Amino acid sequence: MENKPTREKLLREFAPQIERISASSVLWILFLLGVIGIGVYAFVTQVTEGHEVTGMRDNVVWGIYIVNFIFFMGMSYAGAIISGALHLFRTEWRKPIIRMAEYLAIISLLIGPGYILLCIGRLDRLPFLAVYGRIQSPITWDVIAISTDIFGCLIFLYLSMLRDIANLRDFSELKLPKWRKKLYSALALGYTGTPEQEKRLKRATDIMAAMVIAIAIIVYSVLAWIFSVTLQPGWHSTIFGPYFVIAAVYSGTGVLIITMFVFRKIYRLEEYITRKHFVAMGVLMVVLAALFGYFTFSDYLTKWYGSEKNDENLIKILFSQYYWPFIFSNYIGVLVPLLVIGIPKLRTINNILISAIIVVIALWLNRYLIVVPTLESPYLPIQDSRPAWAYYNPTWVEYALTAAGVALFCLLFTLGSKFVPVMNVSEMSEIPKSKGPFTEEESLV
Amino acid sequence: MDESNEKKKRSRRDFLKKGLLAGAGVVAGGSLIAAYVDKSEKESGEKVRALTTDGQIIEVDKAVIKTPRVSIKESHEGIPGRKFVMVIDLAKCKNARKCVEACQKGHHLPKSQEFMKVYLLQDSDKSAPYWFPKPCFHCDNPLCVSVCPVGATYKRSDGIVLIDNDRCIGCKFCMTGCPYSTRVFAWKHYNEFDEDKEPYSPEAGSPGKEGTVSKCDFCPDLVRIGKLPYCAQNCPMGVIYFGDIDEDTVTNGTETYRFSELIRDRAGYRYLEVLGTRPTVYYLPPVERQFPVDRGFNDLDENVKNRYKNTPYVKSHKK
Repeated sequence: MENKPTREKLLREFAPQIERISASSVLWILFLLGVIGIGVYAFVTQVTEGHEVTGMRDNVVWGIYIVNFIFFMGMSYAGAIISGALHLFRTEWRKPIIRMAEYLAIISLLIGPGYILLCIGRLDRLPFLAVYGRIQSPITWDVIAISTDIFGCLIFLYLSMLRDIANLRDFSELKLPKWRKKLYSALALGYTGTPEQEKRLKRATDIMAAMVIAIAIIVYSVLAWIFSVTLQPGWHSTIFGPYFVIAAVYSGTGVLIITMFVFRKIYRLEEYITRKHFVAMGVLMVVLAALFGYFTFSDYLTKWYGSEKNDENLIKILFSQYYWPFIFSNYIGVLVPLLVIGIPKLRTINNILISAIIVVIALWLNRYLIVVPTLESPYLPIQDSRPAWAYYNPTWVEYALTAAGVALFCLLFTLGSKFVPVMNVSEMSEIPKSKGPFTEEESLV
Repeated sequence: MDESNEKKKRSRRDFLKKGLLAGAGVVAGGSLIAAYVDKSEKESGEKVRALTTDGQIIEVDKAVIKTPRVSIKESHEGIPGRKFVMVIDLAKCKNARKCVEACQKGHHLPKSQEFMKVYLLQDSDKSAPYWFPKPCFHCDNPLCVSVCPVGATYKRSDGIVLIDNDRCIGCKFCMTGCPYSTRVFAWKHYNEFDEDKEPYSPEAGSPGKEGTVSKCDFCPDLVRIGKLPYCAQNCPMGVIYFGDIDEDTVTNGTETYRFSELIRDRAGYRYLEVLGTRPTVYYLPPVERQFPVDRGFNDLDENVKNRYKNTPYVKSHKK
């Protein structure tokens, strides 16, 4: 086994990340706040002038808000499943990147549901969801599932940060204002690392890791069922549950690779996040690419081969009006990672990054192609002289709020990395003693 | 909150304390109605007899009787012992659009919101095109009702599916749930909503509210006083029949049929039966038509005409 860096060395190295905010990060944060500000203005416009300012109309009642909702929720579930699974299997290479996966889970989970709120016509009546809630409605399932997920992810993130928070509290060289130190010592909950505490923390983290995986699968299936319980052509599909889960994890690996790359560059983590980690994540991405491609293929194959009138109509639209987005999301988005990771010579960090970016864009488009073309081709043909009623065109309000969501995502990630190092210091500095939920014999390590 | 508003409005009017009136000339079928008297109306000179709650028969002027809208709570119940049905005779429709206009006027809707829509359908290349008026189908297995997270849309005992716009949160899930594109959304506050000064009732489907979903409601407020829905009343061709499936009777105002016989003799069917939503609107196929389909293009506004320009029928005609 390789030599483990000591905790002190790691803390000393990562301390500047959280001690200082460089001029460029201040600019970056101001820029993000500016984008969020435009989003706030767009939101106010939408509330005061009504939803007419969006591109949504009576046929396409859900637009890119829902696409963003699915997208962010997908990243969250990916973060949860990846961090939970890597934690449970005690995968050694997880250590430098697991905190990023956890941040990904919780941050996108805080942003995603905001987009569904943007689709709601009467935000003042939101409490009705609780007051008059009907358990028969998939939206109620979603409300219950997402709130469970938020709590589950927060607890999991907190548990896995606890030891690092205690480390920061105990690290005397840290140059931070008093309130920050007080905050750390309050959040550390008196954790000192006694064997008893350690045992309990491990156990709790293991339980939460398993729970978070299960919850993520349930929540994303519920989200898929919101579409597939309806009778709309293209949505009424039995495989939507697992298909959405796979697509979610797939897009999430892409985002995680991008995150790894960015933090590696900014905080100069080349020593800790190496090509090995990118290849490991890349392999995960390839497995998911194959699964995603398989699900996509079987979904569209059965629609096309049986060629029910409305399915046929939908496929026709996808292959004419939406030809390039369709090709990009369902062909290029699957084949590029397969080739880049599949051919050893191509497996450079930059190539893996590029395929990750392609995957993320492809998966966003994939959700767009699930939501919008179906609504544009209902059972009764749209007969409307107003083009906006027949075809969906997002307005600046929707674009501004989409950009604001991405900016908020970046902002929370930036602030998160300023609060606790983006790498799990305590895990990186230890040689695993326990084999997690496995006994000595069962363990593969 | 809403109830207290309603009360205030009512007390402002001169509310006839002896509430329930049985207006003989007013109510076909002689059902009891709640009514109040509005003195601001000019007298018509025509008197009707009414039964007060304490058993006296009084005479009041016909013009002063107004049927109040039932409360939101009542509107959830349905009219006891009824099961409504609509039959639309496609052989007679010539796209006069009087149903659409009367419905919009009656429900105080802007031009951009149509509870009744008229489609130009053609089932396949070689089959005949026909005009297809489409209200809400008030399905017996309504997906819109199943998916609503707050019970804002509901199925009543009389078969009518209504929307409570005081409850609706505007999530639009029902709009994707409905396979017939029946529902419309108030994308902003339309001026037409303000024309209606009465308190809101789901039975009247008016006044509309921004950010909520609405749709054809089978006009239960009219049905309660023995009138036909706006569309059926105003169709010059008598295309739309309305009635009660248990009474086995439907009427378009001039002709009345046994529902079962009409469906049997004219091969009535329900649209997209395959979806399993079990509509309560039946169609009579467009056979032995009274008008050629092209008649439907006469006297249309340019933008209404434009709706049909992408249909296969119009496209093939241009060639």
